[in-house]
Amino acid sequence: MKEYGRFLFRCFRVSFVGNRMYHAWMLLLTVLALIGLNAYAKQLVQGLATTGMTDQVSWGLYISNFTFLVGMAAAAVMLVIPVYLYRNRELHDLVIFGELLAVAAIFMCLAFVVVDMGRPDRMHHMFMKFNFPMSMLTWDVIVLNVYLLLNMHICGYLVYCAYHKRKPGALFYIPFVFLAIVWAVSIHTVTAFLYVGLGGRPFWNSAIIAPRFLASAFAAGPAFLILTLSVLDKWTSYEVPRKAIMTLRNIVTVALIINMFLLACEVFTEFYTGSAHGVSARYLFLGLHGHSALVPWIWTAIGLNTFALAVLCLPVSRRQGWLNVACGSLFIGIWIEKGMGLIIPGFIPSPLGEIVEYTPTLNESLISIGIWAFGLALYTIFVRITIPVLSGKLTVDRLYEFGAATVPAESDASSTGSPR
Amino acid sequence: MAGMSAFVAALSPLKDMDPDDIPSLDGFLQNHYKEMSDQDMSGALQRIQDEVKKRYQADVVVRDVKPTEGVEFVYALNLSRCVGCRRCASACVEENNQSRDQDMSYIRVLEMPMGTIDIEKGDHTYDHPTVPADDHFYMPIQCHHCAAAPCVKVCPVGATWTEPDGLTVVDYDWCIGCRYCEAACPYWARRFNFTQPELPAEEINPNMSYLSNRPRSKGVMEKCTFCLHRTREGKMPACLEACPVGARKFGNVLDPQSSVAQILKTKRVFVLKEDVGTLPRFFYYFDERAAQHEPPAPEKLAPSRHEGEGR
Repeated sequence: MKEYGRFLFRCFRVSFVGNRMYHAWMLLLTVLALIGLNAYAKQLVQGLATTGMTDQVSWGLYISNFTFLVGMAAAAVMLVIPVYLYRNRELHDLVIFGELLAVAAIFMCLAFVVVDMGRPDRMHHMFMKFNFPMSMLTWDVIVLNVYLLLNMHICGYLVYCAYHKRKPGALFYIPFVFLAIVWAVSIHTVTAFLYVGLGGRPFWNSAIIAPRFLASAFAAGPAFLILTLSVLDKWTSYEVPRKAIMTLRNIVTVALIINMFLLACEVFTEFYTGSAHGVSARYLFLGLHGHSALVPWIWTAIGLNTFALAVLCLPVSRRQGWLNVACGSLFIGIWIEKGMGLIIPGFIPSPLGEIVEYTPTLNESLISIGIWAFGLALYTIFVRITIPVLSGKLTVDRLYEFGAATVPAESDASSTGSPR
Repeated sequence: MAGMSAFVAALSPLKDMDPDDIPSLDGFLQNHYKEMSDQDMSGALQRIQDEVKKRYQADVVVRDVKPTEGVEFVYALNLSRCVGCRRCASACVEENNQSRDQDMSYIRVLEMPMGTIDIEKGDHTYDHPTVPADDHFYMPIQCHHCAAAPCVKVCPVGATWTEPDGLTVVDYDWCIGCRYCEAACPYWARRFNFTQPELPAEEINPNMSYLSNRPRSKGVMEKCTFCLHRTREGKMPACLEACPVGARKFGNVLDPQSSVAQILKTKRVFVLKEDVGTLPRFFYYFDERAAQHEPPAPEKLAPSRHEGEGR
């Protein structure tokens, strides 16, 4: 127990050590997260009127980001599947980065749900009266939290074993890895069912939403990992195997093709039928009665995704630069597609046919940016700790050489105290 | 050290928090409506009365009005008669102590062109000097108190449910404000308190009940309760009493002599969006003869403004 405490303490200390880039990055994230916290304090005082949401569009940026990030979390398994099902060795060492991403993403999801709640002070009502199994939201609470625990266990166990220079006992993590694979599919499916299960919202009431969620997640998640790995490759001593990146590139390409195909299926159904139920889709893609706030968003998303797909299918994407451009643009494209392209139009027009448009306010944007910064900071710290442990620079009998690193550049780092 | 002070600075807006918004310990520990003992309930009612007194300086009586066995409430609305004056919507705001500065009325009146009952063709914001406008009819929409209510199904904490007499209610002290019910409702019947309701003390309706018109806090859902503090005691809903043309009928459908039971038996009634399977307890009908042969030409009325605040 005491040993574990020391391990945590050492991890904590490592997270404050790094070169100037690292400190600048962490300082930026900390500032953004604090600005977000400040905006949230304002929201707590004045209520959700500080957001752009209305009774007509009752979910906005928060739930959009939540949905997107559930996908990011689920996508972590796209690294795990090739490793454990197909014995792909190249990816083996990278699995942990996917799992860590899942942990950070779930923390962001939970934060987005909390800031969306009108009465976060009543969270404990969940434990006292839990409308399970009727409410899909209760399913989501369960699957997300279990997924969080599964991934924390897998990552924590692997890192702790490396710290102790022990070989991880297969029995202690392999079953959990397989469970996590199934569970990853479940978190995004259940999240899709949140929307799909609402008969009064024809735009969401489509069986294709869950597969679409999975396909888009399995494109955006690995794309984010490619970007992370390329940063690690460039700025740290950690060497990322080239073949692993290429495997991820294939995953992204296939998932993106499926995602765009499913979107096309959806568009066909909505428009060719000509039914009144296609009215939200018409609003989204073409605008309705002079209201067209979402039209530029969705076409930007489609443009970015098409561009990314074109690049990925061409040989140029074997070069890291082009691959990063493609990954970045599809990441943004899918983020738009799931938020502005799926959550918001479900509310427009309202069930009574009223068109009330939605624009996020500054305050809710700051909160959202703050949560992203918080999540990225978490992920950065996780990766920062994991790399020296896995590469044997920080183990039970070998303290990380703090002196080798740049002198701490700002007050945040110096406040941790001097090395023992 | 700098980190700590930055953290505190970030939280500084919290000092502007209205002390009345901070939940009291009793409120925090209060149980779900259905789990409360009689003693818990009288304590809760007293606490609510005190809080209303403190916030609005108004002496009010908050009761817990229970359903009667053998009663199932149903609403029927005569579309041939409704003239679109929106008096129902205004009366609703007053009766139910709704916020005066937000668009909170539980009733939305749509102005429909003749020849369709597609509510997407309805106009929500019509504004004429007098109503009814020529070649239009009017369709007020409020909570349909569905027998298979999607809002009840989706609530993660069971803060909204269907009472034995068919009313869908909300425990405002239990709602966590996730707004899933608002997304689930096909009739747009639910309203969320995006901010603290603004309610002048002199306009408070002091006859309050736990499940209906007591003042709500910010961050919770509310909705039409068919004025259960009135109707469970034999009175009619406020919207019905306000209707100048008698378009609204309300009563116990299990009583064969009631007007609603007669209407369901003899008129051609329909419900909105029957295809979504919600089994509404709110029915619309036309007077067949009047609609086909002698369209009613009621005297023109000055309507209340849209947003239910034109009082």
